[in-house]
Amino acid sequence: MTAILSVHDLEKTFGSIVAARDITLDVPAEQTVGIIGANGAGKTTFINMITGHLRPSKGTIRLEDRDITGWPSRAITRLGISRSFQVAQIFPSLTVFENMCAAAAAGGSDGALKRVLAPLRSSATIGHADAALELFRISPYRHVRASTLPQGVRKLLDIAMAVVGSPRILLLDEPTSGISVEEKFGVMDVVMSALKSRKLTVLFVEHDMEIVARFADRVLAFYDGTVIADGAPAVALADPRVQTLISGTKPESASHA
Amino acid sequence: MWSRTNLGALAFIAAAAAAPALPAWLVSLATIAFANGLVVLGLVVLWRAGLVPFGQALFYAIGAYAVALLSRHAGWEDVFLLVAIGAAAAGIVAFLVGFLLARYRDIFFAMLSLAMSMILYGVLVKTQTLGSTDGFHVEAASFLGYAPHGQALNLMLFWLVLAVSAIAALLISLYFRTVAGALAVPVRDNEIRLEFLGISVNRLIHLKLVIAGTLAGLGGALAALAVGHVDPNMAYWTTSGGFVFVTILAGAGSVAAAFVGSFLFELARSIAVDLVPGLWQLILGSVLLLTILFLPEGLGSVFHRVRRSAEKAS
Repeated sequence: MTAILSVHDLEKTFGSIVAARDITLDVPAEQTVGIIGANGAGKTTFINMITGHLRPSKGTIRLEDRDITGWPSRAITRLGISRSFQVAQIFPSLTVFENMCAAAAAGGSDGALKRVLAPLRSSATIGHADAALELFRISPYRHVRASTLPQGVRKLLDIAMAVVGSPRILLLDEPTSGISVEEKFGVMDVVMSALKSRKLTVLFVEHDMEIVARFADRVLAFYDGTVIADGAPAVALADPRVQTLISGTKPESASHA
Repeated sequence: MWSRTNLGALAFIAAAAAAPALPAWLVSLATIAFANGLVVLGLVVLWRAGLVPFGQALFYAIGAYAVALLSRHAGWEDVFLLVAIGAAAAGIVAFLVGFLLARYRDIFFAMLSLAMSMILYGVLVKTQTLGSTDGFHVEAASFLGYAPHGQALNLMLFWLVLAVSAIAALLISLYFRTVAGALAVPVRDNEIRLEFLGISVNRLIHLKLVIAGTLAGLGGALAALAVGHVDPNMAYWTTSGGFVFVTILAGAGSVAAAFVGSFLFELARSIAVDLVPGLWQLILGSVLLLTILFLPEGLGSVFHRVRRSAEKAS
């Protein structure tokens, strides 16, 4: 099993503040990794280093055989690392279909000028857009203006837009945030089966432990900028430090008592 | 879409055919109006992406002065060459200032472009060799060796402006269907998402700036030939403001509206100045107010409404 993403000794400091340190891990292709941790534990810093929005202070990031440490974010996107957002990032004044067409056309792999001067609505982009709408089961909303969508559909559209360019790795930032308790499992079922069918490697940041336990193959627990537990959900979520510091299933006083 | 292109071509041919039968003042007015319509077309390209420059006269004046200087000092008189150089000069300046302008948005973008145009205005006013505040005349032009005079020259210039406008309208409507052109609304809506899709928003805006600057230079070059005179007012902020005014009047929805709006604007101005001198500013303000209140998407949206109701009726 070869790793699609390898991170070695990654560190990020802002002045004297250490936001992330000693992060070393391999992610095999098609694995679904849940990332947990309290606010400020370094999850987002980790994600931002992989997508190229933060340059690591130390360490290396490899996509298969290629060292992408410090690459500009757009180049990393073109190599196939895509992301979705905690707050859905869509184009509110376009319809759902137009959103998908824009995302499909923007994600083309030709040279910059050739790509932007191609017609937006080519048969290829329309095909990709419609396939992604089907995959994420939002075709019924095809002609609805994105600003009027319900929250769950908005999230699905955001993730569909990240997937339509056929990335290999997808980073999901809190896919269930802002979605009601009743909706969240339904939305995650649609998302995860869609991502599985596209054979994507997925890293998702999530605060909801039920979601993590159900959908992750592996859990990374962040605390104070580093990984304190890394393993199968059943093992990682049962780790006493994880229970005390992150999931809160074991109160802090209990561990000292 | 093709029927719309055909309709546009038909309108341009009709205008060209009717010109010899029209009164001379109307032909001159239409020549200036369509030359300015090119500038407005450039503003439409930017406005779709949410950008409104208050200094587009910078490029207009560069196109105009390039033509005037070459015809006066180099003795060049071929209009095709002069207009091409005027447009190219403005396009190159747009490319250079674009490195700075493309990084700004909203009011900062508007004000920075205004500042740049006022610098050019200041330079033109203070430079004696460029005619200072009076500007200078543009020498008579020729069309591939043919040098008409009087009304024949006016007609030739009108046809030239019309042909350039038709080509520009066609190219811009094709541009709006490309990825770069169609991503204008996404730029306005959500830059973060576009960046994460692998698109450089700044570079996209830079491209739009060069397109709009070239069109403004084209308009300025043609206007210089049509008026036969250039002066620093071509770079002044009220000139830029006039272009923004017509852009709001026309709306960003339609390529044709840029030219129709520009024509109506010039027509209204000349009639108003004739009939009720001194009230032009008041009329201008009232029209702008009414447009914003009742036609927020501009004249172009009227075409769409008519079309939609026709579709419903059938």
